[in-house]
Amino acid sequence: MPAAIEGLFGFIGRKTFSILRNVHDASKLINDTFYWTFISPFKGKAVRVRATISEMVKAGYNSVPIVGVISFFVGIILALQAAYQLKKVGALIYVANLVGVSLTRELGPILTAIIVSGRSGSSYAAEIGSMKAAEEVNALVSMGINPIRFLVTPKLIALMVMLPALTIFSDFIGILGGLILSATALDMNPFSYMQQTVSSLLVKDVMTGLVKAWAFGVVITIVGAYQGFKVSGGAEEVGRRTTASVVASIFLVIVFDLFFTALFFYFT
Amino acid sequence: MEKAIEVTDLVTQYGDRVILNGISFSIPKGKTTVILGGSGCGKSTLLNHLIGLLKPTSGEILINGHDITAMTEDEFNEFRKKMGVLFQGSALLNSMTIADNVALPLREHTKLEEPTIQIICRMKLDLVSLSKFEHFYPSQLSGGMKKRAGIARAMALDPELLFFDEPSAGLDPVTAAGLDELIIKLRDVFKITIVVVTHELPSVFMIADYVIMLDLGEVIFAGPIDELKASAHPKVRRFLERQAEQETYSPEDYFRFIAGN
Repeated sequence: MPAAIEGLFGFIGRKTFSILRNVHDASKLINDTFYWTFISPFKGKAVRVRATISEMVKAGYNSVPIVGVISFFVGIILALQAAYQLKKVGALIYVANLVGVSLTRELGPILTAIIVSGRSGSSYAAEIGSMKAAEEVNALVSMGINPIRFLVTPKLIALMVMLPALTIFSDFIGILGGLILSATALDMNPFSYMQQTVSSLLVKDVMTGLVKAWAFGVVITIVGAYQGFKVSGGAEEVGRRTTASVVASIFLVIVFDLFFTALFFYFT
Repeated sequence: MEKAIEVTDLVTQYGDRVILNGISFSIPKGKTTVILGGSGCGKSTLLNHLIGLLKPTSGEILINGHDITAMTEDEFNEFRKKMGVLFQGSALLNSMTIADNVALPLREHTKLEEPTIQIICRMKLDLVSLSKFEHFYPSQLSGGMKKRAGIARAMALDPELLFFDEPSAGLDPVTAAGLDELIIKLRDVFKITIVVVTHELPSVFMIADYVIMLDLGEVIFAGPIDELKASAHPKVRRFLERQAEQETYSPEDYFRFIAGN
């Protein structure tokens, strides 16, 4: 067989094997993470409560300022953009509907997820990656401590709780931003803006946003942990994997957003 | 001689590359055994097999009569409580103080009360002369202190077996000698079986009771330290006398090699 063809098949084979290996590693990580988070606590292997709380503080509480500021600005931007169109038809009061619905259903969860994947997703990859490079993960294994239970489970629980919580906060602050803009620049009555927001929002709008936020929390943790555990070399690879984790988690957050939005569109 | 570890026909391959080529040996109980060999001879791979971080391609590893290659993860985790490992870079968790590092195996594997754990921690840290440093973080300690803290952590659950990966690597001669003395003390006082992977000759002559020498994935010597000193095996002699590897190329071969054909 000519060398070129042999090379081509070789290339296809190597690529396929490497993809299969990655899929295998990722599914093993997902499997182990869910086992150590949801099943093993009932078998007497308790979750590390203090580590979980410390992760919650790092991922959730410490993100409050940045999530607050960004949500506030986005609320104002949304109100301005909505007013730009609605003022032509004299229906400015519907600014409240637009801001409320788009924030709770879409922008609150996704903005929060993107901020958290930049802050926490990258730090998970860097933390686990440098522990891997310094043999700390091996040391855990050699002490009979499962690294996934020790490192990933507290982070997963933290994000599963804190991402929905931050999303609720982001929804409120965003709506507040829209309200302040409307009350000042658009001369609307703040009280009627609030009433309009409350009457336009359904429980389901908020709930779908929270379900999304929960799923994004899972995605960000898994991607960060996956990239971290993939580190096998030194500092340079830690950097590369950290970057990869941010890119991959933002990408997957948007993919999951599309999936859930389509799901809720047809089934709620 | 009572055996702590018995390895039979251990083979490790990565693709076509053979790292360990069907090696067999045993490690005596209550003694210090040094696994010796040049770089790339497979000694780190062997250590990873012994502590269960890596599964061999084939072969058996019996520790106290139990085959660890056939164990499930859960069974082996029980087993690991009787083993302590000091990694080359000491591998302390950088996010925790020294005391918390030592307490970690106790908190994870025992149901001891917190005051008891702290007393055990102080005892272990005192054993390695680090009692004043319990609230320090690993980054605040020197290389030798980190290794000693690593030993304290490995000793936390009073293991029967202790593994050391290149204990004197990257240390000055005085600190390295201090560490060697500590290893001897652990063997004499606690009667622990100690396995040390190293290539540092001064340290080998100081601590070893029994030596296993590897070369290119094969065992070329296994026996007490005195026999090693008397061995006539050319590769052993070259290692002990610190001679460089013989030139393996003939001039013609070398020319062919650099010419690429």
